[in-house]
Amino acid sequence: MTDARWIDAALIAARPQAVGALLRYFRNLDVAEEAFQEACVKALKNWTKNGPPRDPTAWLIFVGRNSAIDVVRRQAKQQPLPPEEVLSDLEDNETTIAENIDGADYRDDILRLLFICCHPDLPATQQIPLALRIVSGLSVKQIAKAFLVGESAMEQRITRAKSRIGAGEIPFETPDPIERAERLAAVAAMIYLIFNEGYSAAASEQKARIPLCDEAIRLVRLLLRMYPTEPEIMGLAALLLLQNARSAARFDTNGEVILLEEQDRKLWNREMINEGLALIDKAMRHRQPGPYQIQSAIAALHARAPTAEETDWNEIDVLYGALERMMPSPVITLNRAVAVAKVRGPAAALTLIEPLEERLSGYFHYFGVKGGLLMKIGRNGEAREAFNRAIALANTAAEAAHIRTHLDSLSKK
Amino acid sequence: MLYAILCYNSEDIVGAWSKDEDDAVMARLAIVQERLTREGKLGPVARLLPTTAATTLRKSGNDPVIIDGPFAETKEQFLGFYVVDCASLDEALDIAKELSIANPGTGSYEIRPISIFRPGQTKP
Repeated sequence: MTDARWIDAALIAARPQAVGALLRYFRNLDVAEEAFQEACVKALKNWTKNGPPRDPTAWLIFVGRNSAIDVVRRQAKQQPLPPEEVLSDLEDNETTIAENIDGADYRDDILRLLFICCHPDLPATQQIPLALRIVSGLSVKQIAKAFLVGESAMEQRITRAKSRIGAGEIPFETPDPIERAERLAAVAAMIYLIFNEGYSAAASEQKARIPLCDEAIRLVRLLLRMYPTEPEIMGLAALLLLQNARSAARFDTNGEVILLEEQDRKLWNREMINEGLALIDKAMRHRQPGPYQIQSAIAALHARAPTAEETDWNEIDVLYGALERMMPSPVITLNRAVAVAKVRGPAAALTLIEPLEERLSGYFHYFGVKGGLLMKIGRNGEAREAFNRAIALANTAAEAAHIRTHLDSLSKK
Repeated sequence: MLYAILCYNSEDIVGAWSKDEDDAVMARLAIVQERLTREGKLGPVARLLPTTAATTLRKSGNDPVIIDGPFAETKEQFLGFYVVDCASLDEALDIAKELSIANPGTGSYEIRPISIFRPGQTKP
């Protein structure tokens, strides 16, 4: 007897590769998805009875392909193929298929499946649900819950996204190295979006949105297994793991944000941190720095510090400087200012961020950081002004509440 | 005699376990481990991080080659091990059977007699 739970895990694990291969055969997303679904139904019946096949993914691709061909033939009123019970006993066939899907093909299949979800015409609000539906295989209900919308609204959103990426636009040719690198970068960016969609949620929404972070980590691991020598993919994986490791320490019992420096580091997930640190160490040996690696190197310095006081702010300042040069952005400069304040004092940090005010005039964190710096050098009136602007721009109640505690401490002075 | 029980499974499948499922498997394995500990039969136990976190140093004269991860395109990966003290192979196999009942599905256990064993000690 086998256990329904491992079958479930095997089906989830096989999905990206199986749907990717079926998409290559049938060149139609709906047919590929239906073929996989059909194979899963048969797997539940067959595996429970006969135990696990040697290669569950190959089995699913083989059975899925045959059942879809069967449907196509039946529609053409031709002879159907032999029943699946007979097919699935053909051990030799299964092995042949397994050999066929090894190697480069399967990587391109999965990458293609992920890449069609990042179609430039699709806004992020459609890319993410589409990826979660067709690559991760989450149900529409699960996705709707994670996005805090109704099931029918989510169903519509996914259908609309699918129709936008018409079959004619799916890039089926094997990508050349440049094309492959571009796809990889687009997919990495989408995975980071999925993660942030979950990670930026308020405490009250955390429970519903945590699956987004978990899925993003599962997808980046998948990508990493396909491209185990890509330093930026290692960097992205490390970044997600190191950030996610802090989840349990990020909110207090009232749902208010606890800043990194004030978090109880005992609540950080050591296993995730260890994996993240291992990955960033590996990535840096390649000497091909990129934005994900630098951001994860910064996260790694926080993770390595036993206490907030022991944080290596000097190195963090240097890393933010490198990130600024790589992709200049006022938000990165703002983050750097936090490190600069530690290393060279709040006045130096203030000098750094003041030129950004115009570009960040609608950005909550800018006024939060500015208020904090002004408060530290005793310019309380200006600090109050900055905090008031921050509250007006707060995205969540928790953000506003956090700023209010600063205002309260100012009025006690 | 000391045996190593080497655990192999598909990383993809183990990685698809939900946190609840992972916790449940670990809890079932812990019951087996506790009994073995009481019987004085259990040595070191380790669960390894994914192979993507691994690095390989290949000896090559004075200039070893360092590569990312184990590259072998195998269906199952080396994910952890137990060291057990058993009177016979049959007893070691019984332990592996118990582990497989606690953690059913795909994968395999390689039972390998140990030649030299130094338990060692790392700083607490």
